[in-house]
Amino acid sequence: MHVDLYERIWMWAASAMIALFLAVVAFSAATQAVHPPGEVETIDPLQVRIQGEFAAPGVHRGPGGETTVVVVAEMFRFEPSVIRVPAGEKVTFRVTSPDVLHGFQVVGTNANVMVAPGYVSEFSLTFPEPGEHLVVCNEYCGLSHHLMSGKLIVEEAR
Amino acid sequence: MSVASPVLGAFAADRDALDLLASRRLASCNFAVAIAAFGLGALMAVMQALARADLPVWFSSPAVYYLSVTAHGVLMALVFTTFFIMGLGYLLMRRAFGGLEWETLGWVSFWTAVFGTVMTTLAILSGTSTVLYTFYPPLEAHPTFYIGATLLVVGSWLWCAVMIRTWLVWRRTHQEPMPLAAHGILTTVVIWVLATSGLAAEVLGQLIPWSLGWVETIDPIVARTWFWWFGHPLTYFWLVPAYVVWYTILPRVAGGLLFSDKLGRVVFVMFILFSTPVGFHHQFVDPGVHAGWKLVHTFTTYAILYPSLVTAFTIIASLEVAGRMRGGKGLFGWLRTLPWRDPLFSGVALAMLTFAIGGFGGAINAAYAMNTVVHNTAWIQGHFHLTVGTAVTLTFMGATYWFLPKLTGRRLALRPLATWQPYVWFGGMMLFSLTSHATGLMGQPRRVFSSSYFGDEVAGSWRLLTGMSAAGGVVLFVSSLMFLAVVVATWRWGRPVTEAAELEIEFAAALDPLPERRPVWDRIGLWALIAVVLVIAAYAKPIYDLLSLERYGSLPFRPF
Repeated sequence: MHVDLYERIWMWAASAMIALFLAVVAFSAATQAVHPPGEVETIDPLQVRIQGEFAAPGVHRGPGGETTVVVVAEMFRFEPSVIRVPAGEKVTFRVTSPDVLHGFQVVGTNANVMVAPGYVSEFSLTFPEPGEHLVVCNEYCGLSHHLMSGKLIVEEAR
Repeated sequence: MSVASPVLGAFAADRDALDLLASRRLASCNFAVAIAAFGLGALMAVMQALARADLPVWFSSPAVYYLSVTAHGVLMALVFTTFFIMGLGYLLMRRAFGGLEWETLGWVSFWTAVFGTVMTTLAILSGTSTVLYTFYPPLEAHPTFYIGATLLVVGSWLWCAVMIRTWLVWRRTHQEPMPLAAHGILTTVVIWVLATSGLAAEVLGQLIPWSLGWVETIDPIVARTWFWWFGHPLTYFWLVPAYVVWYTILPRVAGGLLFSDKLGRVVFVMFILFSTPVGFHHQFVDPGVHAGWKLVHTFTTYAILYPSLVTAFTIIASLEVAGRMRGGKGLFGWLRTLPWRDPLFSGVALAMLTFAIGGFGGAINAAYAMNTVVHNTAWIQGHFHLTVGTAVTLTFMGATYWFLPKLTGRRLALRPLATWQPYVWFGGMMLFSLTSHATGLMGQPRRVFSSSYFGDEVAGSWRLLTGMSAAGGVVLFVSSLMFLAVVVATWRWGRPVTEAAELEIEFAAALDPLPERRPVWDRIGLWALIAVVLVIAAYAKPIYDLLSLERYGSLPFRPF
């Protein structure tokens, strides 16, 4: 098929650019473990507040010293509404909803996950610096959606 | 006997001209509904923009705000686009193939879609269906919201049948390549059928039985997966008809030739292949979907960038050809000789410029590390107002100025308004969209009635930019009114056209010679089949995995 020379150059350049974009994604996935959250775990939304870890949401410290933050996102609040985590350590978040879809976004950080009833969302993150962050719901959940918020306070490492 | 016509004035006796206008009635009716929906959608938009900026306006309440977000999304993204594209399909296919088959079915399609649209619009305006245009369960709308939307889609399927039938009948007696415009419209048809198969699974299989109470619970992640099977190719259902205007009409209006007809076909085929198996890039941060599948869909998402990059070259090269044919000289001198006062030309040129920005934003969204930063923030609304809200919408507005005389037999009225309207839209959109991108990066969520968050300091830092984006919304509303004024004034009071040539639809001629026999790119059926295989490869396993989980459904909620 005949294609104009300049256009051929452009098409190769476009291919190279896309290959570069994909290489960056693949490279960071392979060497730096940059993956999207992909937790596959289900839970009965009617039992969320009654039994299991989500009946007692909060910041938990495991036997090995690891920090797990268990959050219930529900119309129209997060529980706990103030989350305190240590700086410079890996923190694992586990979030679910007993009602509709919500978002769990910690403003100014890379914490941003969808929360769905019937499923547990899980991701891990390290907050390098102490400070205070606004937590917002970023998925429409009803008429008070814009009021659904909380705080995440990163404290000095122990 | 001559037929008196108040419209055609000087050549009222020209029976052919009257027949020509009459043959375009189906297209005209579809455009009319599209533009009416646009008007109502624009009103909803300006209400939202003012409320979001925390301005003390009388209609400012959460109930009105979220209702207006729902109505704006449905009317603009689903109703305006679908009717406009159906109208464009009738107009261009009739011209390309010299007639339409099954035109009666086209009228059935029209009335089915109108009935469905009215039903859904009433459901939204009654306040019983404030579920936004993504209608994610377990938020539950009134059943008529889903049933009306289904009828709109069923109407569009009948339109698809008319398009396919017209092509098949033409093909029986023709060995040559089909006109490029028809190739693009058939591409749109294939994308739409692939896309709406996912929507049908969600709406017919889950939402309607659940909203009627036939089943008690619904799985929100399965629903989201079906929705985004539909949701991304939906954007190409909007975009490909805009590309048809860029490839087949713009070069002629600019006074030049299409640089490459062949590559246009290659581009459309790539859209058929890659527009659907990409949906998980909307679900990067969803639970229940394995990260590996998200990576697979990342690769296909980047593949779909390619045809748009090829288009950028072909169309700009076509414009350079036009500019030089009009006497432009020098490296960039040809730009100045282009018809910047022609509203089709300026509308499409500004649409393309905007799409360059929006396209690179899309490449950012597709990388999941960066997606985490922007997911569900105001960045996203900024992004799709550049793409569908300008690249597509401004192209459709420009196309309206171009075809209006050919549908009504009247010359464009209020010409100065038409000349300036695309520039006002472009300016308003830059203000609205760039500020939304910025506040999104700063963490502001999308679709919130107010983002003051009880006086939070960081939220306070979004305020100025949010105010500027509201100002952009007002400018866009002014531009919408200019557009509507031109359309109504032309239709009611435009001066009759005096020459039959003004009614003709002429496609741009191509610089490269067309082959005598139909090329492989014209084998739409073959490409559609390969596309189905790709969709199955991308979706069968993850959907099977989802369905085999031990799942607990959700009860309905109506927090509005």
